[in-house]
Amino acid sequence: MIAFLWKGIMRDRSRSLFPILIVTTGVMLTVFIHAYIHGAITMLIQTTAHFNTGHVRVMTKAYAKEADQIPNDLALLGTDTLLSSLRKQFPELAWTPRIRFGGLLDVPDDRGETRAQSPVFGFAADMLNGNSPEWNVLNIKNSVVRGAAPSKRGDILIADDLAAKLHVAPGETVTLIVSTMNGSMSVKNFTVSGTVRFGISAMDRGTIIADLADIQSAMDMENGSGEILGFFRDDVYHAEQANDMSIMFNAQHEHSASEFAPVMGTLRTQSGMADYLDLIDAYSGIIIGIFVVAMSIVLWNTGLTGSLRRYGEIGVRIAIGEEKGHVYRSMLVESVFTGFIGSAFGTLLGLAIAYYVQEHGINIGDMMKNSSILMSNVIRARITPFTFVIGFLPGLLATLLGTAVSGIGIFKRETAQLFKELET
Amino acid sequence: METSDSIIIQTEKLEKIYPLGPAEIKALDNVTLSIAKGEFLGLVGPSGSGKTTLLNIIGSLDAPSSGSAAVLGRRIELLTHKESSRLRNEHIGFIFQTFNLLPVYTVYENVEFPLLLQGIPSAQRRTMVMQALEWVGLAERASSKPAQLSGGQSQRVAIARAIVKRPEIVLADEPTANLDAANSHNIMKTMVDLNKELKTTFIFATHDEKVISYLNRKITLFDGRIEKDEITGTAR
Ligand SMILES: Nc1ncnc2c1ncn2[C@@H]1O[C@H](COP(=O)(O)OP(=O)(O)OP(=O)(O)O)[C@@H](O)[C@H]1O
Ligand SMILES: [Mg+2]
Repeated sequence: MIAFLWKGIMRDRSRSLFPILIVTTGVMLTVFIHAYIHGAITMLIQTTAHFNTGHVRVMTKAYAKEADQIPNDLALLGTDTLLSSLRKQFPELAWTPRIRFGGLLDVPDDRGETRAQSPVFGFAADMLNGNSPEWNVLNIKNSVVRGAAPSKRGDILIADDLAAKLHVAPGETVTLIVSTMNGSMSVKNFTVSGTVRFGISAMDRGTIIADLADIQSAMDMENGSGEILGFFRDDVYHAEQANDMSIMFNAQHEHSASEFAPVMGTLRTQSGMADYLDLIDAYSGIIIGIFVVAMSIVLWNTGLTGSLRRYGEIGVRIAIGEEKGHVYRSMLVESVFTGFIGSAFGTLLGLAIAYYVQEHGINIGDMMKNSSILMSNVIRARITPFTFVIGFLPGLLATLLGTAVSGIGIFKRETAQLFKELET
Repeated sequence: METSDSIIIQTEKLEKIYPLGPAEIKALDNVTLSIAKGEFLGLVGPSGSGKTTLLNIIGSLDAPSSGSAAVLGRRIELLTHKESSRLRNEHIGFIFQTFNLLPVYTVYENVEFPLLLQGIPSAQRRTMVMQALEWVGLAERASSKPAQLSGGQSQRVAIARAIVKRPEIVLADEPTANLDAANSHNIMKTMVDLNKELKTTFIFATHDEKVISYLNRKITLFDGRIEKDEITGTAR
């Protein structure tokens, strides 16, 4: 009997090949979309962490209040002590001080006159220490387009697009004009060691990266820094752990009434990221939800039409003496078979495409040209354990349920009625 | 008619009512009838007179609204799904106007299907299927698909499928409606032979004069009632 049903499935393409193809397609798309959206969110979080908030960030209370404006006059002082205590208390994170600043970059000609000039946004990072987390966080080595990463005091990296605009090449001298922590103006010469491209439109337009010590001296911030960033070593944001840490840290400094006492913020709680992340979560949930629901409906419908089309065959089988229950069970088994194969294939294909996009990414640079969002131009999919089931389970269940529901018609109808439908 | 101890179908005041909006249709009305083993019987009458309805109740595909029908000692109106499928599987063969062969299966597999349901071992199945195909003269087409057969051949396969399990009763609803005259005579002769050889009881629902000419008993229905019940005796 099983062999008989098996022959039926294999010979009737509308019972095997087509449902399998439909399930495969739906599952494949769901799997891929899920991985892609997940990848985009992960990247957005990563970029925000790397270039803005860290996974956690320590600042003065005053700085924290208007952190988006980067008020360096309210920067942390005594960074070294704080840094070593953070490293001791939370060794599971990599800690690094950073100053972000705005300034003017001036390119002099042979006679020292201004040849070109541009406002810039700067990162002052601990780069001369080979163990600095910044090498990974800012991904400096891989971002260098021309020249080399800074190797000594006075070296500076500038965005490749900016270098092109200002016509500066590695090895040339540029002048940085910034205001000091106390509000006076400071001028300092740097050597361009190389140019960088981050693949983030908002940054490639006008970013420079200088050594922390150089900027500390230029801005009169000896042993000071705007912020100390903490990064989980796996570079993944662990929301709960970050939250626990910040509560613990802030409790230790609560008693201090000083505006300059340190305070720790998490990625989630800073610069409106909480709302943003919730929104993204909601949207991606909705998109994936719609996809899963749409796919389920299509598969359901496939199951339905598949069994309706077979009322005739089913009528004959029942007339010949097959039990209704047996017919129904054989339809369910069949749908599990097609649903399973289709879902398995779909998941495999979806994973394969997702894997490709995880490795190679899809460039949305044109879309991001004028964007100020810190978001990489190349979006990569990201495969998680969830990717393996997001398509598979709905694919299998929708096929099974579609058949189960449509098959109920067999029981509801009088056998004689099945017959009339078959005769017409 | 035969003596009462060979009666295999007995209906008592059968009624079948279909609701039709506020009114209702009496498809069968007070049908009392006995059929003996080995009869070659036809239900005739105009369209809508209740032939198919009666055939379906005898075949336990449908239940009466009231009255009773006993088939091979089983009360149709009391049977569960399971019991009625068992009755059909073991004792009743069906032949349809539209053949209703399963298109994805070969001729051989179509005829084999009822035996698979009975769990008959494969060697025995093979003997039974080939014998049934020989009765209908299609042994050499065993591996054809239904789509490769003519209408007459298809109906002969359907006959083989109905009789392969040697049922006591074969029910045939307009078996010749889709066939030309030559093919109609051909399959009727096949069925007459089977009726003689195996003592299978055949019950037809038909308007076809060709079919009627082979019957040995003709029951005329009109508006769900038995109007006439005649012995014709042609076939024997
Ligand atoms: N499922 C149903 N619902 C409502 N009425 C029905 C149903 N099936 C049959 N009828 C009615 O019952 C009556 C008898 O129908 P039946 O099919 O038994 O006629 P028939 O003698 O086989 O006719 P034909 O020669 O056209 O096949 C008809 O009036 C028909 O309209
Ligand atoms: Mg009819």
